[in-house]
Amino acid sequence: MDYDAVVIGGGVIGSAIVRYLSLYDMKTLLVEKEEDISSGTTKANSGIVHAGYDPEPDTLKAKLNVKGAKMIREESEKLHFDYKVNGAMVVSFSPDDDYKIDELYERGIKNGVEDMEILSGDEARKIEPNLSENVTKCLYLKSSAIVCPFSLTQALAENAYENGAEFKFNTKVENIERIDGGYRVITDTSSSITTRTVINAAGVYGDAINNMVSEKKIHITARRGSYMLFDNETKGMFNSTIFQLPSSKGKGVLVTPTVHGNLMIGPNSVSIPDKDDTSTTAFDLDYISKEALKTSPYIPFRKVITSFSGIRAHEDSGDFIVGEAEDAPGFFNAAGIESPGLSSSLAIGEMVAKMVADRLEKNKKENPILERKAPPRPREMSIDERNKLIKANPTYGKIVCRCEEISEGEIIDAITRPLGARSLDGIKRRVRAGMGRCQGGFCSPKVMELIEKYASIPFDEINKNSLGSNITMEDK
Amino acid sequence: MYDVVIIGGGPAGLSAALGAKKKGCSNILIIERSEKLGGILNQCIHNGFGLHTFKEELTGPEYAYRYIKMVEKEEIPFLLNTTVLSISPHSVTYINEEEGVRTIETKAIVLAMGCRERPRGALNIPGDRPSGIFSAGTAQYLTNIEGKMPGKRVVILGSGDIGLIMARRMTLEGAKVLAVVELMPYSSGLKRNIVQCLDDFSIPLLLSHTVTKIEGRKRVERITVSAVDEKRKPIPGTEITYDADTLLLSVGLLPENELSRKAGITLSPVTGGPIVDNSFQTDSDGIFACGNVLHVHDLVDYVSNEAEKAGESAALYALSDRKPSKKKIPVSVFGLARYTVPEMIDEDTKEDTTIRFRVSNVKKDGKITVRVNGEEVISKKKRIMAPGEMETLIIPKRILEKYEIIESIEVGTED
Repeated sequence: MDYDAVVIGGGVIGSAIVRYLSLYDMKTLLVEKEEDISSGTTKANSGIVHAGYDPEPDTLKAKLNVKGAKMIREESEKLHFDYKVNGAMVVSFSPDDDYKIDELYERGIKNGVEDMEILSGDEARKIEPNLSENVTKCLYLKSSAIVCPFSLTQALAENAYENGAEFKFNTKVENIERIDGGYRVITDTSSSITTRTVINAAGVYGDAINNMVSEKKIHITARRGSYMLFDNETKGMFNSTIFQLPSSKGKGVLVTPTVHGNLMIGPNSVSIPDKDDTSTTAFDLDYISKEALKTSPYIPFRKVITSFSGIRAHEDSGDFIVGEAEDAPGFFNAAGIESPGLSSSLAIGEMVAKMVADRLEKNKKENPILERKAPPRPREMSIDERNKLIKANPTYGKIVCRCEEISEGEIIDAITRPLGARSLDGIKRRVRAGMGRCQGGFCSPKVMELIEKYASIPFDEINKNSLGSNITMEDK
Repeated sequence: MYDVVIIGGGPAGLSAALGAKKKGCSNILIIERSEKLGGILNQCIHNGFGLHTFKEELTGPEYAYRYIKMVEKEEIPFLLNTTVLSISPHSVTYINEEEGVRTIETKAIVLAMGCRERPRGALNIPGDRPSGIFSAGTAQYLTNIEGKMPGKRVVILGSGDIGLIMARRMTLEGAKVLAVVELMPYSSGLKRNIVQCLDDFSIPLLLSHTVTKIEGRKRVERITVSAVDEKRKPIPGTEITYDADTLLLSVGLLPENELSRKAGITLSPVTGGPIVDNSFQTDSDGIFACGNVLHVHDLVDYVSNEAEKAGESAALYALSDRKPSKKKIPVSVFGLARYTVPEMIDEDTKEDTTIRFRVSNVKKDGKITVRVNGEEVISKKKRIMAPGEMETLIIPKRILEKYEIIESIEVGTED
């Protein structure tokens, strides 16, 4: 057997699983069909670490959310990803609906959520002055947090890599065959891979992967949600994440700061037949704008810097599917991971890794690496620290991305560190160059020069993201 | 302690430095973030620059070169690869590889950071998010500086000057420019660019049209455009779909005032640039502004002219401890005039005042009028005025001197 475990999918779930697997004494591989981690659902979502008030009690969603949120808080200090406890509010706009706030509070208690408080509309507006006058009542969740999904996923994947896990990108799983003592994973690249266990973390394609192996079919619908992101001038407009009362379709349109301070609104929820269709429509953008205006009439639409859509994997059962398939020993699912999937990611990772290790009778490594050194963040340093860094490595003194103040040194690091960026989006997700108000207008050619130099990719072959999304074209 | 620190080494910064030097400043510093002086002119390899200043047609790099030579001859020091992180009235904090983060003291500052392009996100064009969507200036950089081909079948949204120039440039490089699409019923570019860049190459200009759909998962594959009604809303049934691999956006320029904003300088909601008086001083003591960071210009010649004045004013401020004037008269607009620069005139001004402004719509056979205290003092006929072209007029000091007390100055257009 080539591997003890093969994880399919390099989103936050696959990366969390491979990270916890890498703490065990086993040979592990992650395969990802795109060119980078964080390329599917993980790259476009709300970035909220939910407190856990929403899921139905006793569901996997409820259990893993509350546990996962705590784990994210703890791990943020060891793995050094961008994370901030900012608090959240669930708001009601009519006295007729106020009882639902009380119901959510009760549900939160059942789910084990700590630090909740019920506030009047006025009390809520004292904390968040830009809230609508129409807010009548509010559930204030002080433990709710925001996280950068890319930064979290990168931290998990890097730590797994440091603990010996292997990664294959641009590798799509086409079939999985049962063989004696395990599975043969057939990919669109030439070689097939043999492994004792397979873990399905394929996001919206989780059903396809499961159904290659198990007779217990699952069915995943892709639900698309659109967002608008605002200029970082909007920093401070809201400090908490503001939810409207949830409905059967999800948590509704939220208004939140990102962990980097930009205001963001979204998402809606539209079931789509094509699971890769992350297009935006005028209708969707109009809808989230109108919904967000209910939360705050002051949303500055003139300051939108980009809009985008993300896809969530909704399984028909409505709950996460985590565990070994009944009819396929050694095949584990982490499927149907929609909201609160990001919040639950570490709990899912730990749970799945333990199941796999138990199945293979593997023990934890004696000295796994539990901390990950974060990339330098010059703009967050004191002047003395920053100058020390620049003295040691002058490229940290040369600003390439003016909007987000990102230096050449940070971009070189993003390319040359483990599992480094190979595309413009890869750079953007790791260090934010191109994420600001000019959306890469000034810095993208410079970033491409650095990718050409440090990743040895010819300029014309540098992609925005997937293979075939090249920026420039060869002459003639 | 510097006399004048100039932020930006493009045409505005270079002229401001020369203006400051001319007025006797010796301790000047230009701070430029890129690896060479000249700013955006370096990538503008087409000609048409300098007709007013040098009475000849130069390319962008040639125009810049003349100013760089003058700056070198005057031995005005400059820093390259240096980004300013913050400013306050008498200090500038910058960063570069050699010095790290450093704060310097200065008597006066001239803002000359230029402008940037409005990106796709600001337009909220729905559709896929593939590669192949560039702002026109980025495509220009890739083509002219990197020597790369941004695309082969191109639709251009917006008929700003860079979009028009790029329509020609891409055509000359062998690309097929399928259409230039403009939301408004008129182009926001210079007339001469429409003739020389589109008409001469038979590139269609679709006025009152916009892009309504972008398709392509990896690279742009199709661009759909639609006609728009008077409210600029797309009209169903008018869609035209192009097999295109590239969309260039030339949909407006925004003065780049993040430093100014953080320093608390008041900005005009119309121009996006600082509000200045006729000495180009902002409402922050000792901070001056000129060029495209102040308001977006159509011709670099006007930038140079304006920036030289701003540099002179900054020098006078630095050398004379000149106190801000007691009274400034606001300049208000009427008719089609959208704004003026300057927005205020010093009551004690000893000079003729150049007023620049833009109109909000095309106007044929109109008049530009100036009123002082409600009384018409200047009225000149103008055969055509268009949003793409900046209007310039001079209010001679002798006119203002006639008034004991000036309560209002109005600039605008009339039939």
